[in-house]
Amino acid sequence: MQKRYTFPQLDKMANIMRQDIITMLLEAGSGHSAGPLGMADVFAALYFSILKHDPKRPLWKDRDRLILSNGHICPVRYAAMARAGYFPVKELMTLRKLGSRLQGHPERTRLPGLETTSGPLGSGLSQAAGMAYVGKKIDGADWRVYCIMSDGEQEAGNTWEAAMFAGKNRLSNLTAILDRNNIQIDGYTEDIMPLEPLRAKYEAFNWHVLEVDGHNIEEVVDACNMAKAIQEKPALIIAHTIPGKGVSFMENEFEWHGKPPKASEAKKALAELRTLGGKITSEHE
Amino acid sequence: MNKYLTDNLFGRDIKKAPTRNGYGEGLLEAGRKNKDVVVLCADLTESTRSEAFAKEFPERFIEVGVAEQNMAALAAGMALAGKIPFISSYAAFSPGRNNEQIRTTIAINDVGVKIGGAHAGVSVGPDGATHQALEDMALMRVMPNMKVISPCDEVEAKKATIAAVTIPGPVYLRFARAATPVFTTDKTPFVFGRAEVFVPGRDGTIVATGPLVYEALLASRRLAKKGISVEVINCHTIKPLDEKTIVASARKTGCVVTVEEHQVAGGLGGAVAEVLARKLPVPMEFVGMQDRFGESGSPEELLAKFGLDASGIEKAVRKVLKRKL
Repeated sequence: MQKRYTFPQLDKMANIMRQDIITMLLEAGSGHSAGPLGMADVFAALYFSILKHDPKRPLWKDRDRLILSNGHICPVRYAAMARAGYFPVKELMTLRKLGSRLQGHPERTRLPGLETTSGPLGSGLSQAAGMAYVGKKIDGADWRVYCIMSDGEQEAGNTWEAAMFAGKNRLSNLTAILDRNNIQIDGYTEDIMPLEPLRAKYEAFNWHVLEVDGHNIEEVVDACNMAKAIQEKPALIIAHTIPGKGVSFMENEFEWHGKPPKASEAKKALAELRTLGGKITSEHE
Repeated sequence: MNKYLTDNLFGRDIKKAPTRNGYGEGLLEAGRKNKDVVVLCADLTESTRSEAFAKEFPERFIEVGVAEQNMAALAAGMALAGKIPFISSYAAFSPGRNNEQIRTTIAINDVGVKIGGAHAGVSVGPDGATHQALEDMALMRVMPNMKVISPCDEVEAKKATIAAVTIPGPVYLRFARAATPVFTTDKTPFVFGRAEVFVPGRDGTIVATGPLVYEALLASRRLAKKGISVEVINCHTIKPLDEKTIVASARKTGCVVTVEEHQVAGGLGGAVAEVLARKLPVPMEFVGMQDRFGESGSPEELLAKFGLDASGIEKAVRKVLKRKL
């Protein structure tokens, strides 16, 4: 039986994962900061409330599948997996190093529990749809498939091929969560290639669309539960997030998409996270 | 008679059928034997011969529309969910258009997706250069974890398709459009990764793949009539290459001609050259596309124009023999 977490406990877990992310990236010396921090609340909701899974049996056949399409935000997944018990927390410090199971972009063959290998954008939704098709239409299985996508990869044609396929086949066992943080490497999404209206686009592809505050874990959990109740369509949850969330100088700055903090920046970031941005004043290192 | 080849080898009435037919027959038999086999197709169900499987196993046939990138990644997901997916399209699009999806979601991921690429080679004919895949074996051969099979006729194509089910991990199967002689039989051995000496010889070696193996046999017969003894090897598995058989033949004959309906760079010719450069450098000639695209025409016209037919092969053999020390 999986442990039940209260919403305040889930918030606290997200905060711990954000600290893990900063520490890992500092140690790694490269990697992405903004996306992982922005998705910490969604990952806390998934790993500690929504997903049916067992960290001791990563290949349990009845588990829910979580596909991370935008593989570059994997530090947040690694942090969630470590905190959930898939591997020791100290292994997080091997991120991006030679011989590590925690590759710069996730590789299934190296770390059980990742479900697939991802990074190049636009093909995660296809893989998730392939699994969901088998689960629903061939095997009649109970497990569900979750797919995390970035907003930037909504520019990729492959994403829409998958959206069309899932809509056609009414893959109601598929829930996609779109990290709507409005940034990508080269700038703000609406400057690079306008994506809106995303809701109307997915609805036109026969999806049920929900929108949540991606930092409100209760909303994320509720939306995932609602998605389970939609019988005839795949569901998309547009999670509005702040890239770099929790670290004031990273928030909403696209420059933080693809770089790690320096030591001084990491120290400042950790101090902010430990005091919840100054709300707790009795912080001791 | 030769134990590998049909009795009617050089008869005018030899049966002709495209290798893609063997793919279709193989899919059907594989589907009957193994309920985990699923077939995906990108709007080319009849042409890739996925049709018979689709009719008999509609619940295991998935039409994805004109979306080869999606097809590859969908199949990766299905393989991860326990299925053995075959993805069917033209080789120009799969593994052409969807190369990155194959690399990331199938090859790095090392999942058992079987890629059926039809309409490979110039013998596609009138459709012209866009639809004549000539780079597909190179694309697939350089990809770690990927296996590459290029069957020589309908019968071998069927065997290769059935074999792909049990070959672990990703496999690329290459098929042609045109009807070509069916010159092997049900009894001809097919072992994945093993090249077969179809005709033994002493003066030179032809290593051929795909339907052009028949042209190589024709060339060998003509040369035999003029007292030149040429060994013909059917190399259906391009990767992993049967180095032992090829090196042994080169040691015996002292020169090699490779024959393929593909760019000479990166395909069978490249693969054989890499092996011989390391193990036994001998003079080589390469019959294939010489760094150019195809064009419209009948298959016979195109094979002749690009020197891929028996005459072209004969010429290449004579050339390589002159280079022998």
